[in-house]
Amino acid sequence: MIDYKKVINQNVLDIPMSGIRKYFDLAASMDEVISLGVGEPDFLTPWHIRQAGIKAIEEGKTRYTDNLGLLELRQAIADYLKRRFDLHYQSESEIMVTIGGSEAIDLALRVLISSGDEILIPEPCYVCYNPITSVSNGVVIPIETRKEDNFKLTPELLQKKITAKTKLLIISYPNNPTGAIMEKEDLEAIAPILIKHNIFVISDEIYAELNYTDKVHFSIASVPQMAERTIVIGGFSKTYSMTGWRLGYACGPKELISELIKIHQYAIMSAPTISQYAGIEALNFGDEDIKRVKDEYDMRRRFITDGFNRLGLMCFEPKGAFYVFPCIKITKMTSDEFCEKLLSSQHVAVVPGNAFGASGEGYIRVSYCYSIKHIKEALRRIEQFIKL
Amino acid sequence: MEKLLKLLSENARYTNEELAIMLQTDSQTIAKKIDELEMKGVICGYKPLYNWELASPEKVSALIELKVVPQAYAGFDDIAETIMKFQEVESVYLMSGSYDLAVQVVGRTFQEVAMFVARTLATMEPIQSTATHFVLRRYKDMGVELINDKKDDRGNISL
Repeated sequence: MIDYKKVINQNVLDIPMSGIRKYFDLAASMDEVISLGVGEPDFLTPWHIRQAGIKAIEEGKTRYTDNLGLLELRQAIADYLKRRFDLHYQSESEIMVTIGGSEAIDLALRVLISSGDEILIPEPCYVCYNPITSVSNGVVIPIETRKEDNFKLTPELLQKKITAKTKLLIISYPNNPTGAIMEKEDLEAIAPILIKHNIFVISDEIYAELNYTDKVHFSIASVPQMAERTIVIGGFSKTYSMTGWRLGYACGPKELISELIKIHQYAIMSAPTISQYAGIEALNFGDEDIKRVKDEYDMRRRFITDGFNRLGLMCFEPKGAFYVFPCIKITKMTSDEFCEKLLSSQHVAVVPGNAFGASGEGYIRVSYCYSIKHIKEALRRIEQFIKL
Repeated sequence: MEKLLKLLSENARYTNEELAIMLQTDSQTIAKKIDELEMKGVICGYKPLYNWELASPEKVSALIELKVVPQAYAGFDDIAETIMKFQEVESVYLMSGSYDLAVQVVGRTFQEVAMFVARTLATMEPIQSTATHFVLRRYKDMGVELINDKKDDRGNISL
């Protein structure tokens, strides 16, 4: 008998199989569930974008592209970032196309982390940063953000965790799971600390277009002296409902992108060609689609936030992404208990907040990638559940 | 205003309170706006959208193309106004293109609709010709997909 545990990389073995796995399996296996649990749009990719993909197949555009991605796509990304967020990157050397934002995160972490570096990760946050950091021999230093601060990273919270070994900060705003955003002033407040301590930043801006304030998304790379120490990660999944196309990008100083591309060219070659052609169409002709979808999410956001507040499960107002993060502490249940009981008694699936870090305990993540009708039914069942 | 109309066209049974939450206003304002829209005739009714295939008794409908000789002074209006009075007639539109009026007729059976066209519409003096197209299946009506039984392929949960 082979003892596989002895064969496998210890860093991989150490990635915890979290306790909520059981809950996930149960939720996945149940039929007739009214779910508010998924982290992807319910909209389909707009038809003109799908057509661009079909056309690429018809025209036989089925070979590898340049490792960095099609230059035409990189140019479209550069134009888009300038037009929408006033971000300035050179298409030839400062932008690379990846398999979703996920690959870009993986590459950026692998390139920046040397063994023993401390990586600051504000939590609650998306689930991939910790394991990838650990596999790359980085040391995860969680920063617990708080509801009182609207789940933003404050200069005080940041300052407390900095040591001589701090290499990198990973921020992701608009945030999954909380829906929090960080605005210009918030980012300007932390930037001097990062510059002073020579800390680099990976800014995962996958939800950038889903900002429901009257201002547009502001990237930390727009703060003076930050672009040179920041890798901005974006993608098509949330913006254009293109999750399955697996298309994203990383932008940053050419000295870093040229290192990311080293791993990418050996591990990946190039992002899917058909998706890249669809991506060009999305960026050049998709601004109207973004607005339409965002307006719809915004209405649902107000509806569901109000719904939870009425039930006494208070939500702070989420200003971005497509999640609300109600507090369930008044039920005296843990997040896991709440979710398991809600699923088994009312067949409603939501995600326990602690899946996104210890500071998510006492909260649940609720997605509003669902129709109002569906959301209404789920809220009705949740009301029944907490009344009991 | 545009957003309010859009929401009502998706579901006319949203309460004023629900509409107010989604549009970030209060329910009195919504009530007032809807009153205005009704007074002006922008909103001229609220009806359920039926899937007649599932209803009982079932109904059939047809689109009738009419070629009409326009009348002096009245153009197409007189004949359109006459046709729209029949209770069998659901809608009457003046069209551009190869025919003049499009009339939607609803009845209990194919026979009943065909007879209405043959006996009532075809015999009217200004009507030159009719072409009857029966609706065999409704896939989507008024923006609503009627045959959508697809499961959510996203599954129940993902991070």
